Parts: sequence; C-alpha cells; structure tokens
Amino acid sequence: MPARRRALLVLSLLALLGAAAVLLALAAGSFAVAPTDVGRALLGEADGMAGEVVRGLRLPRALAAFACGGLLALAGAMMQVLLRNPLADPYVLGVSGGAAVGALSAMLIGLPLALVHGGAFAGALAATLIVFSLARGDGSWTQTRLLLTGVIVAAGCGAAVALILSVAPEKQLRGMLFWLMGDLGHAGSPWPALLMLAAGLAGTWPFARDLNLLARGDLAARSLGVPVARLRGLVYVAASLLTAASVTTTGSVGFVGLIVPHLIRLAIGNDQRILLPAAALAGGALLTLADTLARTVVAPQQLPVGVLTALIGVPVFLYLLTRNPHGGRS
Amino acid sequence: MIPQPRPTMPAVAQRRDQPPEHAAQNDAHAPQTGGPLLAVRGLEVTVGTVRIAADLGFMLQAGERLVILGRNGAGKTTLLHTLAGMRPPARGTVELCGVPLDAMDPRRAARLRGLLPQHHLDAFPSTVLETALAGRHPHLSRWAWEGPHDERIAREALAAVGLAEFAARDVHPLSGGERQRLAIAALLTQQPLLYLLDEPLAHLDLNHQIAVLNLLTERARTDGVGIVMVLHDINLALRYADRALLLSGEGGVREGPAGQVLNAAALSRAFGHPLRELSEGESRIFVPL
Repeated sequence: MPARRRALLVLSLLALLGAAAVLLALAAGSFAVAPTDVGRALLGEADGMAGEVVRGLRLPRALAAFACGGLLALAGAMMQVLLRNPLADPYVLGVSGGAAVGALSAMLIGLPLALVHGGAFAGALAATLIVFSLARGDGSWTQTRLLLTGVIVAAGCGAAVALILSVAPEKQLRGMLFWLMGDLGHAGSPWPALLMLAAGLAGTWPFARDLNLLARGDLAARSLGVPVARLRGLVYVAASLLTAASVTTTGSVGFVGLIVPHLIRLAIGNDQRILLPAAALAGGALLTLADTLARTVVAPQQLPVGVLTALIGVPVFLYLLTRNPHGGRS
Repeated sequence: MIPQPRPTMPAVAQRRDQPPEHAAQNDAHAPQTGGPLLAVRGLEVTVGTVRIAADLGFMLQAGERLVILGRNGAGKTTLLHTLAGMRPPARGTVELCGVPLDAMDPRRAARLRGLLPQHHLDAFPSTVLETALAGRHPHLSRWAWEGPHDERIAREALAAVGLAEFAARDVHPLSGGERQRLAIAALLTQQPLLYLLDEPLAHLDLNHQIAVLNLLTERARTDGVGIVMVLHDINLALRYADRALLLSGEGGVREGPAGQVLNAAALSRAFGHPLRELSEGESRIFVPL
C-alpha cells in the first residue's frame, strides 16, 4: 500500500533527522566534543571531561529538548483538529497560562526548583479543569465555547502573571522571564517528558483515522460511526496533559506547537496517522536544534530557547501563510 | 418516463463490487427476510418546544425513494437527522434493517445508512480522493489502512459523479457544485444500504441535478438501496420519488405514494402559497400562482 509505505519513509527520515539533531546537541558547545568521542561517551567508554559533559550535562538537556518539542508539536496537531482551526496551538486553551501562574507563584515565594516544576504542573491541570468544566455541554457550539473559555482563562492568567512580575523582587525577575520564554537550562530529568511523549503517541495514534474524520466536521464524523463526544474529550485531555508535561519541564516555549504541524501538513498532507508521529519527531528535532543554537550563538551567554523558536517560527509561519492562502482559513 | 413504474426488487439487496472477504459481512447486515430497510413507528420529533412530527409511522423498502418536502424551518433536516440516528426522537423508534437505531453500534449503523450533510467542512487541506475515501471508515478495522480495493471503490464513485479527473486535486479550489458532487461521491464510497440526503441538489446546475437524481435512481434499481432525500423542487420530487413525506410546519405530516401526497391543495397549504397543477398525458407539474 503506497500510503503506508510513504508513511514509513517519512517517519524514518524524520527519525534520522531527530537523531542527527540530538548528536549535534551532544557535540556542539563551548567545550567541543568530536563525533567519535560523543559515541564513546554515550557507550560509557570515555571518562574525564568529555564523558562528564556529554552524559551529565548535554544528554539530559538534549533529550528534554527533544521530548518537549515532540510534546508541543503533537499537542498542537491535536488542538488544531479538536478546534478545527489551523491557527490553534497547545497554549490556546490556557494550559500554559495556568502553568505560568503556578510556576511564577512558586518562584515568588522562593520555593526550590522541584516545587516550581510542581507548581507549573498543578497550574496547568487547574487551567485545564476550569476550561473543560466551564465549556462542557452538548451541541455544535461547544467548540466555539471551548475556544472562548480557553482564551478568556488564558487572558486571566496573563493578568495574574503580570501582577506577579510587578510585585516580584528584582533578582527573581530574570528567572521568571526566562521561564516565561521557555528555557532548557533549568530542565529537570527528561524522562517524565519522554515517557509522556511515548504514552501520548501510543494513546492517540489508534484514533488517528477517527481524528481525520473529526477534522471534517462533527456531523460527518458521527454519521460515519465516530463516537465524537468521547473522542473530543480524549483529545482535549491528552493534548492538555502533553502540554502540561512540556511546560513543566521547560516553561512555555512558543511556536513549535503551531508551526511544526503546519510544516508537516504542507509536506505530507493532513492524514493524522502520519501527521501525529511525524509532528512529534519534527518538533523534537526542531527544539533540539533551537536549544543547541540558544546555548552556542552567543556563548558563554545563553539565550532563552523560546526566543529562538519564535525568531525561526515567525518568518517561517508568515511565509507559509502568504504562500498558501488556505493555511489560515478557519 | 413519468411516473416511473415501481421496480421489482430482490428481497436481499444485491451489492456490487464486493470482494469475497466482504461478502459474509454484507450478508450479515443485509435486510433479513425481505423486511423493510427503514421502519419508523410512533415517531415524535421536537426542537425545543416546537413539534415537527407526531406519531409518524412509515416504512421504506429496498429500492424505494422517499422525498421529504416542506417549507423553510419546517424541520426537514431535523427529521432526516433523527432518521439517521444523529439525534434522539422525543418518542417512538427508528429501525434500520429490523434493529432499533439507538441500540445499534455506530460503526454498524454507518455501514447500513449514510448521511449527506447540508454543509461540508474543509478546515484543512485534503485531496478529492482522500475526501471520498473518508466513506470507507466504517468498513475498515482500527489498524487497517485504505487498500487498493477501497481506492477502486472511491475512484468509481468519483467517476460516477464526473470527478474522476479531480482525484489528486485539493478540495479548496472546487466550486460549490463540484464540492457537492464530491460529498455525494463520498456517500457512494461508503456503500450504505440506506442513503439519507439533505438537499443533494444544492449548488448543482440543471444537468448535474438530473444526473445525480438518475444516479440515485439507478442505485435504487440495481443495488436495491433505499433513498430518503430532502428536495426543494416539487416537480423533480414528483418525478424521482416513489413516496413523499410532506411536513406542514405545524406538526402535521403526510406520508404516502408520491403521486397521492403531492397534490395542489396539500402543497399549497404546506408551502403557504397557492400552486396549480398542470398535466399533459401522464406527466404532471406544479406551478406557483
């Protein structure tokens, strides 16, 4: 079957790209490590400085970047189908706003890093619950109501974040701003995010063909036997959890969740069976590359990775939007 | 050719294009013992406080074509969606091949009846062939991908509505009429036993209106599918329907042979505008005064 063979080809290429991005992230930096030494360090053969830098510093950070990029792109693709709006991103329903309020509150009262992550996760879940319970209901306008509720909750969170920033002591501001722009320098262990990415893919991929139909409208999907109400609930909860996992690890990195699904869609079409895993791989590769740039272009100074994804993302997205007039149709 | 004689239908619908592995499955959901495709009993349909139909009962046999007529807002679409199982009736039952719709697995229902919605959403880019292939969803298991067999069905459906050349194109630049024919092709690709069509002639110019009605009639004759369609054109309804269901807009419904239900007095009342019947030999037409 050509469709399935093409899917395998695309996914293999993107997997290679992802692996190359991670290898580059391991090799590049103010302490350059030769590619052969990277391999030896990963196998645990290289001791001393190279092994320490590669295994101890760069590998967790590269894996966290890959996982979060994948999470954001996957969640973005799902949100776009859920809201049937190509301009939706993982943050559109207020998940990142809630996480920001949680994380910044924790920073404000001087909690340790682990609790900042915990605060972010709790805030993200709280925003998700608020939006979901307020927007719940039957009928065709649920989607509009969901979007409106999400946007309003996000606006409320934005105001709370501004309040926290204005009362925060000077020396905490920098950390808060880095968190808001997305920063992998303080990423914790990459494993929760990686596990979440694997679980997210495994949990949603079986419903990918149902999602294809959901994108064609609730009525059409239901008449073809798709349990639309259940599917929408699943997609909403899954996308929110994926976004929460990413935001907890790295703060709100922008644009990955918006442009990666679009890039993939333009390249290979809107079949979610290919789009979901392809977006996860491409998002991972993009954020890994962006983070590598963020810590190397003005080394030893580090830039927040969110700034780089936005600097790359804005022109690419504007270019796509003008080249493809239907991309912005909602 | 007006009025058309009732076709003689085989008790069990003969389906075309079925490979051996699908045959057993189709026998399983073909109407048993020649019973009706669609049986409606004591149906009450309400929207809010407005009653669209009360105590409605009728049956549709394989190969029959039923047209639903009524003025704007009379509840044609709501009734059609109720027949499709898209919304629960206030009272009464809708049975598909002898099984109540509300007790039927949605995927099985989707293999038995197909719905042509009034509006088609294309939020994301998609090719014409992909859009038609959506109709194969209820026939494919969760892990299966569309195979050459499904693609052949979709391409034949596209050819049947004159869109064979469009298969690889994107749906966005299609004209309203082409998009409508694509939606009909997707319904053909679904291969249901009962077609429920909400304004299938919308956006179509005259030649395509007739072509679509001829295509549906041919499917009813050769495959024994049942057709329920909402139409606006009374004269096309008279010419292409075996049965008619006229919604008065105040909860009153008349259902019966098209030639009887569609008369000048009833139509004038239902549409709130006087109509006169002209006849020439066998053919009858209605003209608004």
